[in-house]
Amino acid sequence: MNDKDVEAILRRELFKIAPDIDMADVELSADIREEFDIDSMDFLNLVVALSKALNMNIPEADYSKISTYNALVAYLGNQANA
Amino acid sequence: MMTDDIIHKGSRDAGRANMPDYRQEATTFSWTEARALLDGLADGKLNIAHECVDRHLSRDSGSKVALRFVHKNDSITDITYNDLSILTNRFANVLLSLGLVTGERVYSLLGRKPELYIVSLGSLKAGMVFSPLFSAFGPEPVLSRLEIGAARVLVTTNALYKRKVAPIRDRLPQLEHVLLIDSKKEGDGLLSFESEMQHASTEFNVVATDPEDTALLHFTSGTTGRPKGAIHVHEAVVAHCYTGRVALDLKPDDNYWCTADPGWVTGTSYGIIAPLANGVTMVVDEAEFDIERWYRILESQRVSVWYTAPTAIRMLMAAGTEAASKRDLSNIRFMASVGEPLNPEAVLWSADTFGKPFHDNWWQTETGGIMIANFASMDVKPGSMGMPLPGIVASIVERDNGDVSHVTKPMGIGELVLKTPWPSMMRGYLNEEQRYKKCFSDGWYLTGDLAMRDSDGYYWFVGRSDDVIKSAGHLIGPFEVESALIEHAAVSEAAVIGLPDELAGEVAKAYVALNPGFEPSEGLQLDIRGHARKRLGPAVAPREIIFRKKLPKTRSGKIMRRLLKAREMGLPEGDISTLETDEK
Repeated sequence: MNDKDVEAILRRELFKIAPDIDMADVELSADIREEFDIDSMDFLNLVVALSKALNMNIPEADYSKISTYNALVAYLGNQANA
Repeated sequence: MMTDDIIHKGSRDAGRANMPDYRQEATTFSWTEARALLDGLADGKLNIAHECVDRHLSRDSGSKVALRFVHKNDSITDITYNDLSILTNRFANVLLSLGLVTGERVYSLLGRKPELYIVSLGSLKAGMVFSPLFSAFGPEPVLSRLEIGAARVLVTTNALYKRKVAPIRDRLPQLEHVLLIDSKKEGDGLLSFESEMQHASTEFNVVATDPEDTALLHFTSGTTGRPKGAIHVHEAVVAHCYTGRVALDLKPDDNYWCTADPGWVTGTSYGIIAPLANGVTMVVDEAEFDIERWYRILESQRVSVWYTAPTAIRMLMAAGTEAASKRDLSNIRFMASVGEPLNPEAVLWSADTFGKPFHDNWWQTETGGIMIANFASMDVKPGSMGMPLPGIVASIVERDNGDVSHVTKPMGIGELVLKTPWPSMMRGYLNEEQRYKKCFSDGWYLTGDLAMRDSDGYYWFVGRSDDVIKSAGHLIGPFEVESALIEHAAVSEAAVIGLPDELAGEVAKAYVALNPGFEPSEGLQLDIRGHARKRLGPAVAPREIIFRKKLPKTRSGKIMRRLLKAREMGLPEGDISTLETDEK
């Protein structure tokens, strides 16, 4: 799976959780929860959905590494290719 | 729900607790005594801000840190009681310079920023009424709450303004001033908080408010109708201070961390007033929940009293004990939880992990302060909400046509009621006398919560007696959500119920029926959810939406949420004699 596929899955899952947010309005390097207006529950649901879709384990200890959209893309890319 | 694992407290726990002997205190207690913990103003006047800030200056506590902010990047800002006094003086002067008169409403729509504390306490100093809004609200809940309270001033951030207030500003003619904390620009109905503060004097004489003057307006939700603005008065500080002392065991040397969002009542009563009235140092984390971060803060800030919520505790629990075991958490002396019942497993887990249990307590927006609690000196029965505070009389009743009959049998289920009055009891719902009156019967406040009392006097939460949803510690009124849903072009009717959720207690699920010409599809489902999020914000919007051809209704056309819920959970359907059209 290449980075593009990973990002497409991320966008799809983000859209399911925050369908009202237009990617064009989002600051990709800013706090993902603020940019997508998602709360702790949504964030957890996102992580669960991504783990399932990408068949990977995202431990709680890594949550601080995925606090922006860009960081999340990089993290998922690394994990998928690890 | 019940468990036999009682967590026993010894003489050491009792010896160091502010209230060593609950039963004795409950017998001898009087609110007059609690009032004596405060200074008050001349001629019997009382102002919350004076008790929280200025009175500490004359006790040589001025240089003590009142608020320690942990910013998102982990940097720290300290605000001493002296600083806080000056900053709140300045803000009180800002309000006067804007032409506000005593009793007018000042709102905040802010996260845990220093300005929140300056605005709330400065407003109270100036004799204004303060009302906090939840920053995860969308424009609709923000609009209704600003409208009901006739807000004159709102303090918020640039981003929150753009997203949540600008779209509705033209519907709020009374909202004269909006102050932005992160913008220097002025004009277009916007003011810069910073420049207004700079121009304001540091001198201010606290307004000598009457104990019965309105101080706070906290919004809550019912099953039907618009949100209700619960009115609280300056006298409430008597209960805030006392309950902080006995239910949270706050002592002057504590580093106290309340993780509640400032937009809800806990964020004010126990995130601002109770701790400052007790003269502690408060730790304030600007960031949202994060497991590693939370343990880091507990350790680095040497937190001694920690007040948080079941959803967060269950998330910590799900992450395992390893993250906790890496940290030195030996400074923690007392841990408490509020928002929804804390399940026994979580209580036992905390006792294992931290060497001491979370102490669950119970209260509501309307009660203003903690009413039932597990105290530091008292044995904890995991899953129980504890016993009534000294000064509070609770009972379990059955309601019958306006009368109440008391359930005396141990573990008999009924509605939890509290004997009126007490200092932090709401004094009304703003402009809704009828709804207020309906909350009382025969001198008792009817909480709307179902509970049981065991033979030792411990109370156990059972559920809500109405359709209000309790999700992650927040009350969600189904009507408010349904109203937003039916504004979507495709939706003809909607019903919203709360379903059990391991982490959040309950989550909101919506059933919608569609208008002619619309067909169910995943795209439409996402569109409706997006619409709901845009209107209501992430915390209030339903997490799940499903389609139905028809919703179950009574003969009078009322949607039977209860029936949907029973079916969803596989429970007995109960009395369905009033059912006219069934769901399809």
